[in-house]
Amino acid sequence: MRLAPKPVQTFRDDFTYTNSDEAIKRFPFPFPEDEYMYSVNIEPHTLPGPEGSVYEHLFDIDEHYLSEMAERKQVLAENPKRCLAMDHMDLACWDFIDRAMTTMSQDYPNYFTLEKDGEHWTWENKLLGIKDTFTFGDSRTLPHPPMEYMGCQVQGDIALLDQRDNDLFMDAGIITCPADWSLAFDAGMSFSQWHGPVPLAHEAGIFERALKYLNAIPVDQPVRRLNWTLTINARMDTSPETYPNWGTDRDSVTPENVGEKVYLRVELQVLDRMPRSNALMFSIRTYLISMNDLVTNPEWAKRMHRVMKTLPEELIEYKGLTRYHSTLLDWLKQFDLEN
Amino acid sequence: MSAAMKVHVSAIRKVAPTIKEFILTPADGEFFPFSPGSHIVVEMQTDSKTIRNAYSLLSDPMDNRQYRIAVRLQPESRGGSEFMHHEVHEGDELTITPPNNLFSPDWRAKKHVFFAGGVGITPFMSYIPEMLRRGADFELHYMYRSTQTGAYVEALRDLIGERLHTYDSITSSRAEIADIMAHCPQGTHLYICGPESLIDTVRYRGQQTGWPASHIHYEAFAAPKPGKPFVAELKKSGKTIYVPEDQSLLEALEANEVEIPNLCRGGVCGQCRSPVLDGDIEHRDEFLSEKEKSDNRCIMPCVSRAKSSRLHLDI
Repeated sequence: MRLAPKPVQTFRDDFTYTNSDEAIKRFPFPFPEDEYMYSVNIEPHTLPGPEGSVYEHLFDIDEHYLSEMAERKQVLAENPKRCLAMDHMDLACWDFIDRAMTTMSQDYPNYFTLEKDGEHWTWENKLLGIKDTFTFGDSRTLPHPPMEYMGCQVQGDIALLDQRDNDLFMDAGIITCPADWSLAFDAGMSFSQWHGPVPLAHEAGIFERALKYLNAIPVDQPVRRLNWTLTINARMDTSPETYPNWGTDRDSVTPENVGEKVYLRVELQVLDRMPRSNALMFSIRTYLISMNDLVTNPEWAKRMHRVMKTLPEELIEYKGLTRYHSTLLDWLKQFDLEN
Repeated sequence: MSAAMKVHVSAIRKVAPTIKEFILTPADGEFFPFSPGSHIVVEMQTDSKTIRNAYSLLSDPMDNRQYRIAVRLQPESRGGSEFMHHEVHEGDELTITPPNNLFSPDWRAKKHVFFAGGVGITPFMSYIPEMLRRGADFELHYMYRSTQTGAYVEALRDLIGERLHTYDSITSSRAEIADIMAHCPQGTHLYICGPESLIDTVRYRGQQTGWPASHIHYEAFAAPKPGKPFVAELKKSGKTIYVPEDQSLLEALEANEVEIPNLCRGGVCGQCRSPVLDGDIEHRDEFLSEKEKSDNRCIMPCVSRAKSSRLHLDI
């Protein structure tokens, strides 16, 4: 790991979250073109990816590890329903534990170790001071339910999708930093049901094609895509359940504070077939960057302006940008004067 | 096609008069565990062509030391089963794909009822250990002809006792499918693997008596059947390809370095669907809708062929 975890920073109240120069450099900027439009932007997540990049490992652990784990604990304490696993997903949860422990101990040996003695496994997470011995597959031998146990040790949200009838179902997950969606609401929904609110993409047949592709993902050949939205302040938890805490933040953007208030929020979404259960692991690793940090890269600044300028009205509304979109656009124009 | 894996054939044994079991072990590294109902595709290199057949894994899914498959000798086939029976020996190396699953149990079911016909027992061999671990309610109805098939009957009786119901067409009466289905409690899921006639019988009965389609799962024998030879003309690559009677269109394309996505090679997954510009299609797949079949605009080259002497494909 290039970026050692920093001491805990906050994603709420006083918002002490910052990105180091290295973190800015490796930020997964999501716009390949000046104009943004939906596409089935799924590609093989070939591992290991480029050294030091967010694509290097299956689970990207970076300088925000301790902060995100502390935030997750807080969200779960406030609302335990952010983590759930239906009974039939138990094996899928263990698949997730195997995949996470095995890859993390190989990819970050200084921080995580895994010893296997048949079904008796010993896992050590030095960053969080955890060391447990348990029987693989036996949920009673862990101190917490398996989804919560491992979910509290990886950065990013995790959903485990059950596959049946050529469809995918949101039947387990730990979702504490969602971009305005709720696991408790989407639980048990099919792929097209949970994508119901998304504008424009249904008509383009994108979900139908994506679903067929996802259903056919083989073991050990994960795929990835980037998704994005904007968030006011470095707030990880923008869930419908806590809307009263953050909804009005959107009114707080002024021409003076737009650079520090508005964050580009990028999700690196990885889909990985779980071998024992045939479930798909859907990991959503969230990266936040303030507009001030983003415009330190002139290419990104220019493209951000062009993307915002050409964004269809439906998407401005769907992504919740309506109230500050023009303020942001005016501010971004200074970095792209010829356009 | 998925990344290829090299395996060793570590043991071969006869498990029924026409069925041989092959135990495969990793040539290097480790196998993944797999989910119940998974299959692998085995690549067979004959003197004249490459055959790729899908076979269900029948070992305990949690056991990643070995994969086991069972192959029934099919006299009227494209040669894959003959190759496995006559050309493959212990110690040989084979190439397979990692496991994929198109026949997974629905774990929310209140009860699971399996209908196996002949070598169609194989996917259920991988279901049963996981069903037992979960304490699931299930029963197996196993139909075979003991002069040809009927593998694993004794092992199954030891493993699941009264939950096994056998019907040997040589010595006992036939399974009363309608009766079995009528006695299933609500919330039961049915799983069928065997000849088309068995699948059709169960599905027809299900339709007649109002079973939800989502509670009936089936997997036909995957290997494509031979047919009449024809010529495939490809618009985009400009190639003209001869498809002999014992080769599938997909195999002929691959032999001519036209790679298209594919997974099941048995007409169910939909990956290889290809657009057709001209020619009469003999649809043999389970994937396309009746309307898509009658439109004659696309084909599943893994199993389907041409009725006419030529097919013009937009690939």
